[in-house]
Amino acid sequence: MILVLPIILPLLFMVVLIFTRRWLAFQQGFSIFASIMLTFVSFLILIDVQQNGILAIQPGSWDAPYGITLVADLFSAIMMTTTSFVGIIVMIYSPGFIDKERQTAGYYPLVYGLLMGVNGAFITGDLFNLYVWYEVMLTSSFVLIALGGSAEQLRGSIKYVTINFVASIFFVSAIGILYGQVGTLNMADLAAKMRTWDEPMYINSALMLFFIAFSVKSALVPFFFWLPASYHTPPMAITALFAGTLTKVGVYTMFRFYSLFVVFDQQFWTIFILTLAGLTMFIGVLMAASQFDIRKILSFHIISQVGYMIMGLGIFTATGIAGAIFFTVHNMLSKTNTFLAGGLVYQQSGSYDLKYLGGLYKAKPFLALLFFIPAMSLAGIPPLPGFFGKFFLIKGGFEAQQYFITAVAILTGLFTLFSMVKIWNEAYWKKEPEEVKERGKVHPSALIATSLLAAAVILMGIFAGPVIDICLQAGEQIVNPEMYINAVLKR
Amino acid sequence: MESIILQIAARHMRPLLIGLSLIVLYRGHNEPGGGFIGGLMFGAAYILYAMAFGVVKTQKSIFFNPINLTALGLLIALISGLPAIMLGDIFMTGEWYTFFQGTMMELKLGTPLIFDVGVYFAVAGMLMLVMFSIMEE
Repeated sequence: MILVLPIILPLLFMVVLIFTRRWLAFQQGFSIFASIMLTFVSFLILIDVQQNGILAIQPGSWDAPYGITLVADLFSAIMMTTTSFVGIIVMIYSPGFIDKERQTAGYYPLVYGLLMGVNGAFITGDLFNLYVWYEVMLTSSFVLIALGGSAEQLRGSIKYVTINFVASIFFVSAIGILYGQVGTLNMADLAAKMRTWDEPMYINSALMLFFIAFSVKSALVPFFFWLPASYHTPPMAITALFAGTLTKVGVYTMFRFYSLFVVFDQQFWTIFILTLAGLTMFIGVLMAASQFDIRKILSFHIISQVGYMIMGLGIFTATGIAGAIFFTVHNMLSKTNTFLAGGLVYQQSGSYDLKYLGGLYKAKPFLALLFFIPAMSLAGIPPLPGFFGKFFLIKGGFEAQQYFITAVAILTGLFTLFSMVKIWNEAYWKKEPEEVKERGKVHPSALIATSLLAAAVILMGIFAGPVIDICLQAGEQIVNPEMYINAVLKR
Repeated sequence: MESIILQIAARHMRPLLIGLSLIVLYRGHNEPGGGFIGGLMFGAAYILYAMAFGVVKTQKSIFFNPINLTALGLLIALISGLPAIMLGDIFMTGEWYTFFQGTMMELKLGTPLIFDVGVYFAVAGMLMLVMFSIMEE
C-alpha cells in the first residue's frame, strides 16, 4: 500500500498549495515539510524493498498484464529517495533565491507536479503509464522554465519544449510499434514475451526509437544541444532542481529498458552504447572547459556526467551497474550542490560570468568551501563520493575488458578536474576585477540549504561502504531482470 | 463584438449545456461520455458566455476561480481512491453500491463515478483557465 504514496502525496501537496497560493509564508513552510515527508516515505520504501525484495501492487485490483502495475525495486527506491532529498534542499533554498512574483505565481505547486511525475516514472511498471508520467513531469518543467516570462527564459523554453515534444513523438511511436507487435503494455509481461519472440526486427526498431527518445531526454551525444541552450535561463533554484532530477529520469528509464527489453543483438547494443557514452562524456567536458559562464560550464558538465552513467549501462555487469547507480546518486547531490553554490556566487557578486568574478575566497571563505566540496566530488577526489562512483565504473570496465571506454573515462576525469579548477581559479582565487558589478548579500536560507547538501555529499563519501552495498544489490536486480518479471507477474 | 442574438442564445444555452454535461458525466461509465467530455461541455458553456459578454463579465458571473476548480477536481479524484483502502482493497479499486434495490428507481453508484466527477471539475477548470487567458489578450 505504501507504494502509491510517492504519487498521491505530491498530488495532495499540489492541491493544498494551489488552494493556498496567496499565502507566501505558508507555501514556503509547507513545501519544506511536504518534501521531508516525501523523503521519509521514499526512504521507508527503500528499507522495505531492501528487506523484502521487489515490491509490486496493482492499483484498482486489475491483475498484472491488464491493469497498471506499480513496481519498486532497489534502483527505483534509491532514485526516489535521492530525488525527494534534492527536493528538500531546493525547497529550503527557494525562498532565499526566487523572487516573490515567481513564488506566488505557482512555483511551489509546480515543483510538486514535477516531483509527482518523476516519482511516477520511477515507480510505474506500465509502458504507456510511463509515457504519461513523463508528460506530467515535462509539463510541469515547461511551466517552471518559463515562469516569470523574461525574454531570455522564453528563448530557452522554446528550444526546451520543442525538442522534448519531438522526443515524445519518438517515445509514443515506439510504444505503438511494440504494442502492435507483442500486444501488451505491462513492462514485465512485455519482457517475458520478448524472451520467446522469434521476430526481432520490429522489436529492435522500437528499441532504437526508445533509445533516441531517452537520449534526447537525458542529453546524450548527438542530442544534447538543447540542454545548455535552456538550462541556464531560469533562476538558479529551478535549474538546480532540473539538473538534479530530469536528465536522471531518462537515464533511469534507459537502465530499466535495457535490463528488460534488450534480448536480441546484445553485442551491437554494448558497442553502440559504449561508443555514445565515450563521446558524450568527452565532448561534454570539452565544451564545458571552453565556457565562461558558471551556469553554462555546469550545464555542459551534466552532459559529460550522463556519459559516465551510460557507460555503466554499456558494461552491464553488477559492478558496472552498481557503479553507475552510485555515480547517479552522487551526481544528483553534487551537481545540484554546484548549481546552488553558483547561485550563492551570483547573490554575492551579481554575476555568473567568470570575467567579472574574483576574490571570493578572500572575501567569503565559507562560500568557497561550499563550492569546493561538490566540485572536488565531481572531479573524483578520494574521500568524496565521486571518487567511489568513478572507481566502481572503472573497475567494472576493466572486469568486462572494455579498456578503451575505461581509458576515456579516466581522461575525462582529468578534464573535469580542469574545468572545476577553472571556476575555482576565476571566481574564487584570482584578484577581484576592477569593474565589479553591484554587490549583493547571500540569503541565509540559501546558505543553509547549500551547506546541508554539501554535508550530505561529505556523508555519502564517509558512508560509501553501506551505500555501495545497496547499489550492488540494485545492480544484481538490474542484471537479472527475471526477479522483476517474477515479482510483477507473481510467478 | 456585441451581438444580441449571441447574447440571448448564450444566456439560454448555459444552463442547458451544464445540464447536458451532467447527463454525459453520469452515463459515462458504461456508455459514451464521462468526466472528460462532461467537463469540456461545462467549460464550453462558459466559453460561449464569454464570447457573448466578454471575459470580465463572465468571470464576475461565476463564483469560483477556475484554478480552484481544477484543484478541487484533483482532490476529488484523489479521494475517490480512498474508500477502497478503508474496505481493505488496494487503492483505486472500484467500490459499488446499489440504492433502492429491486425497485423501479434502482441506482448503481460507485467510486469510479466520484473519480469522474473529479475529472469533470479538473477538465472544466483547466479549459476555462486556458480559454479565459487566451481570450483576454
